[in-house]
Amino acid sequence: MLHEITLIVNGEPYNVAVRSDHTLLKVLREQLGLVGTKIGCENGECGACTVLMDGKAVNSCLVLAVEADGHQIETVEGLSKGEQLHPLQKAFIDRNAIQCGFCIPGMLMSAKGLLQENPHPTEDEVREAISGNLCRCTGYVRIVEAIMDVASGKYDGGKS
Amino acid sequence: MQDVATKELTNEPVGKSVTRIDAFEKATGAAVYVDDLQFGPGLYYGKMVRSPYPHALIKRIDTSKALAYPGVKAVVTGKDSPLPFGLYLKDRKIYATDRVRFVGEPVAGVVAISEEIAEKAAELVEVEYEELPAVFDPYESFQPNAPLIHPDLGSYEVVPFIFPEPGTNISEHFKLRKGNPDEVWSQCAAIVEGTYKLPQIQHVPIEPHTAVARWDPDDKITLWAASQSPFAQRDLLCQSLNIPHGNVRVIAPYVGGGFGGKAGISIEANVVIMAKAVKGHPVKVRNTREEEFIGTNVRQSLHAYYKIGCDKDGNLLAMEVQYYFGGGAYNDYGVNIVRAAGYSCTGPYDVPHVKGDSYCLYTNTQIGSAMRGFGMPEIHWGLEQIMDQLAEKIGMDKAEFRRRNCVQHGDVILTGMTINNIDLVKCIDKVTQAIQWDKKELPSAPNKKRGKGIAIMWKAPAMPPNPGSSAIVRFNEDATLNVFVGGQEIGQGTFTVMAQMAAEAVGIPYEWVRITASPVDTKYSPYEWQTVASRLTWSMGNAVKMAALEVRQKILDVVAKYWNEDPKDLDIKNGVVVSYKSEREQPLQKMVVYGLPNENYEGWQGGPIVGTGSFMPTYVTGLDPETGQGARAVVHYTVGAQAVDLEVDTETGQIDIIKIASAYDVGKAINPDLVMTQIEGGAVHGFSSAFEGYIFDEKGRLLNNSLIDYKIATALDAPKKIIGDIVETPLDDGPWGARGVGEHVMVQTAPAMANAIADAIKVRIHALPLSAEKIYLAMHPEDAA
Repeated sequence: MLHEITLIVNGEPYNVAVRSDHTLLKVLREQLGLVGTKIGCENGECGACTVLMDGKAVNSCLVLAVEADGHQIETVEGLSKGEQLHPLQKAFIDRNAIQCGFCIPGMLMSAKGLLQENPHPTEDEVREAISGNLCRCTGYVRIVEAIMDVASGKYDGGKS
Repeated sequence: MQDVATKELTNEPVGKSVTRIDAFEKATGAAVYVDDLQFGPGLYYGKMVRSPYPHALIKRIDTSKALAYPGVKAVVTGKDSPLPFGLYLKDRKIYATDRVRFVGEPVAGVVAISEEIAEKAAELVEVEYEELPAVFDPYESFQPNAPLIHPDLGSYEVVPFIFPEPGTNISEHFKLRKGNPDEVWSQCAAIVEGTYKLPQIQHVPIEPHTAVARWDPDDKITLWAASQSPFAQRDLLCQSLNIPHGNVRVIAPYVGGGFGGKAGISIEANVVIMAKAVKGHPVKVRNTREEEFIGTNVRQSLHAYYKIGCDKDGNLLAMEVQYYFGGGAYNDYGVNIVRAAGYSCTGPYDVPHVKGDSYCLYTNTQIGSAMRGFGMPEIHWGLEQIMDQLAEKIGMDKAEFRRRNCVQHGDVILTGMTINNIDLVKCIDKVTQAIQWDKKELPSAPNKKRGKGIAIMWKAPAMPPNPGSSAIVRFNEDATLNVFVGGQEIGQGTFTVMAQMAAEAVGIPYEWVRITASPVDTKYSPYEWQTVASRLTWSMGNAVKMAALEVRQKILDVVAKYWNEDPKDLDIKNGVVVSYKSEREQPLQKMVVYGLPNENYEGWQGGPIVGTGSFMPTYVTGLDPETGQGARAVVHYTVGAQAVDLEVDTETGQIDIIKIASAYDVGKAINPDLVMTQIEGGAVHGFSSAFEGYIFDEKGRLLNNSLIDYKIATALDAPKKIIGDIVETPLDDGPWGARGVGEHVMVQTAPAMANAIADAIKVRIHALPLSAEKIYLAMHPEDAA
């Protein structure tokens, strides 16, 4: 059966009718057309589908859409403001932290979740925060450096 | 988009670390992958029915219950796709017809209006099997009494340089004979023998294999696929379906990680057959992560035997090797990996007497196929450990032993080919300096032991002799340049490097170049053999450079006529044509499309400027089937060295990497920072691969078929300190001297680690994976119950 819910995605409210067994990931991609959030395993093991729910990083494949009713959801599409990239996006580009790019939307959201909670993490804390986001290309080196750059205030004083 | 007018411009970009051309799209979530394409409400979903047995005859398939399930549109089986296909050896069917050969092999495909219905109906397809004895280990498969996996091997079509042995499980036997090792063993001061093994491992791209196919009523087929090989896929589909190439269109957007796993064919043909059954409707399959593990190609397993000897001064004298590769159920691609392992069987060493036998064996496991390194990580695993032991035996420093014996510019290598334009000694020097090779360093705690290890490598692009590349370049009114290529951006940065080369060759800024290749579309893109073998920088780069030089010349000719000057006196600098003679200047804007007027507008010169380039190596020769000897086995080799500094916890067997240093001779780094990102990512991939391995039960069922049970390195596991270095010995036929480096960066990481472990705890690990348990038990054999 379908449930009428309201998802507040990147600040915009969306009223959608969703199946009870459909995940937030599926609804974001298939009903709202927000395909920046990726499907990697649908088991909470790879982190490619990471979004922020009320500011906390979650695997959107493990959240039922009905559970997200009324909650604030942030996806990669909401990071940049018009042409103005988010500091994390700038840092990822500047550090050459992106290769195939498939893990990057989830990686960015985990990083944003971390910096909101802990604006000045150590390298170990950064690695811990993204340890649920698998990347097979980069070896994580540049990704960690990019997040540390933002945390150190290199971009807009570290505001995120 | 980039603002051409205001953005800071990069002129003469070759050799500069410009920003990746795809970074903005990928950082904003705008980059499109197959799963992101929208097909509307007419889209159907497919689900494959897979074999539960490793080896069995199919006695009966009953699809009636599945077909009757509400929402099901079609069920397809082997009857719908009976012709075999293969790149090198046509041993494979799209859906099994009479026999299954691994757990996970597609037997039928269900098409339905939703994923859920397709999945439910797939369970309703009834298949009756008659189980046959199975074999999983390559060395067991080599034995004369092993169950025969392909009884019809003798009837399969095969390319002339692959040698299957009908009546056995051997799908390829490559022989290398140089000198006679048996005559020189007695002269050796030290001989080391050993058997080394590697399990099958998975590429684990974060993007699962995804494909959408539509078969139109007029028999035109469109396939949207996550693909490293859109052109090769089109070719294989046409073979298997007996349809004209012009009827098939493969569209391949960005690939979310390939590593070889998206080369050739995996699920794509299955989806096309599903689509044929529901003409006009697109059908989509996205593998679950479990299907990624059980149903896609893997790196082959290897059982390798080595006997290598040297004299008292450390000069290598003789080598005998036998490589038994576990090729899995179908070896249409794997045979060429085994051939590559055969003609490169000595590794990067100059050895006067060599006897090498490289076998590809059918096994009842997942299909062995291309993976980053293509046979080289497998053979270097044992080889590099034996070299360490030889050095130890004669009391020579292990780095010095490698300097003394490694291949050098001008050497005649094992196949009789002369190797040129490499400097492996410099790579060894760089990595030994980076980890302070000569300095004995203390462990961080009393329960830890510290060790350093080194390993070197070589790898040639392993391809048919004549794989081609082509490129088209076309100007826009504002003098931006569209570069059309058919190679794929799989993360390695090829679009960026192609843009740099095009800009440099024409004489325009990097920022003016647009790569028109996402998606690669076989209907519009110029031909590219495959995005494999670390060949694009070199091969596609040559094609792009040629096309760019063609437009440059066309522009110079037009402007020379306009100015009534000699084109030889003109140049294009920073997007402006300049005359060194008259010092006149002509911007490229507008004239590259509209041309230039004659004096007093009495007619015009030029027109839209378009250029083409194509490149194919023409000099690779065949090799003697009995000796592996020939004038030129391969196009070239890339070489490199890695050194590892690590600690082993003697109480747990766990390894802690302190540093990995890598240096590769790339000929010319078109974009040095992108080379560094390959070096870093490759070192971590190599590190991770040392802990990976497929684990089967006795019935051939994969036990670690999820990311929980099959671990790849996370940010917490990965080595933190990776020191990269680049050596540049220009290649004679590379663009600006460049050759590839994408695969090489992980080839010797595992043996470098094993050598460091041996240095730390004086124990040799012969079989991957390097589990903590295995290392602990090697240190404490008394605890092995």
